[in-house]
Amino acid sequence: MASKKINGVYIKDNFILVGPKERAIKNFDLIMSDYYYGEKTFEQAEIKMQQVVINSLLNKNRLLHNDINFIIGGDLSNQVSVSSYAASKYNIPFLGVYSACASFCESLIFACELLENKKKERGIVVSSSHNLHAEKQFRFPIEYGAPKAKTSTFTTTASVATLLTNEITPIKIESYTIGKVIDMGISDVSNMGAIMAPAGADTIMRHLNDLNRQPDYYDVILTGDLGIVGSKLLKIYLEKTANIKLKNQIDCGIDIYKDDNENVNSGASGPVVLPLYLFSKILKQKKYKKILIVGTGSLHSPLFVNQKLSIPAISHAVSLEVIS
Amino acid sequence: MDKYEYQKIVKENKPKEPKLKNAIVSFLVGGSVCFIGQVIASILQVTFGMEVSESYIWLCIITIFIASLLTALGFFDNFVKKCQCGLIIPTTGFAHSMTSSSLDVRLDGMISGLGMSFFKLAGSVILYGIISAFFFSILGVIIYG
Repeated sequence: MASKKINGVYIKDNFILVGPKERAIKNFDLIMSDYYYGEKTFEQAEIKMQQVVINSLLNKNRLLHNDINFIIGGDLSNQVSVSSYAASKYNIPFLGVYSACASFCESLIFACELLENKKKERGIVVSSSHNLHAEKQFRFPIEYGAPKAKTSTFTTTASVATLLTNEITPIKIESYTIGKVIDMGISDVSNMGAIMAPAGADTIMRHLNDLNRQPDYYDVILTGDLGIVGSKLLKIYLEKTANIKLKNQIDCGIDIYKDDNENVNSGASGPVVLPLYLFSKILKQKKYKKILIVGTGSLHSPLFVNQKLSIPAISHAVSLEVIS
Repeated sequence: MDKYEYQKIVKENKPKEPKLKNAIVSFLVGGSVCFIGQVIASILQVTFGMEVSESYIWLCIITIFIASLLTALGFFDNFVKKCQCGLIIPTTGFAHSMTSSSLDVRLDGMISGLGMSFFKLAGSVILYGIISAFFFSILGVIIYG
């Protein structure tokens, strides 16, 4: 079964590092003054970003390398190399995952499986993305500045490390649903929202079905980075296929660049968008008790797009409960 | 929902691009770049007493230099974003595409980085430019003798 209830896994703490353009999100822990972050290249800057958040999280909680049982890392780079290089500095077992912008949810699912039914174990989930690194890898050279379509999204620069434990804390991971890869035949690389929306809708539908719940069961359904275009399509898709009307959905991608939306177009994207918004806004508001986070990722590979294949998408859902 | 139905919905919900505005902006910007080029060529012809064909070669060198310098200093991408395709189509865009892709790989080594990625965007322009020039010159010989 793709959906499962989890016992005894809690989110204890997190550490957020944001890039220069993400200043508008208050509640972060550290900010980068520029995209290089003291390194020679953007790729190395992203490695440093991950190491800074992991180190800071360990220091904040007064933990040593021995106290952590595993690190799970995810990012957008080829061969998940940023996370792998970042983890090479630590004497901690490491798993690298890739499901594009759904990497955070996938990491949480693995962490749940590793931590469930244990007594005193801890794990770190780290995810990051860097705007200029992603531009260079998936799109045009950075200085080229090609005009962008209104459907395109803007990769967020940030890194978030999350500490998961068996100790009881206010945030409990309640259940999860593993998504299916869905390909609706869309090959427009500048319209990621349209590619990811059916995958997100399918996972939400199956999650509600498997656990026998209604959409109103959740105070908020938080989708990752569908953007303005994708959110609209998600609602239409859900209504047409399952007759579900989503009223409590918030998309992290739309909200992140509310104040500074030059060049942003449809919204923010990247694996870090979901944890960034979840920890800096949703959980800080203390308004929501039952939260469903739905990470959506477009499994975009420039190689296969050049070979005229359409782009598949994946989505994983994790349900959180805030105990107070 | 099947693929075709979904693709139809996607098409309907796509935000509209201001095509007319983009075309006018591109036309005006591209036109003024060409106008400036013509002015430079005329100055070269008048003040330095150059032949027309020689002045065009110098004009190319000047525009390529200016565009590459502005790319390296980080201004050109901002102009391109605002001017749509007006700056990409003339020689300025060609120089810009080479400079921007070489800036990306400047630390990846001389052979595996710079050498292999220099013509990442401009390579197809050069290749198909040469091929079409070859066939059109044959056509020219046949028609005009």
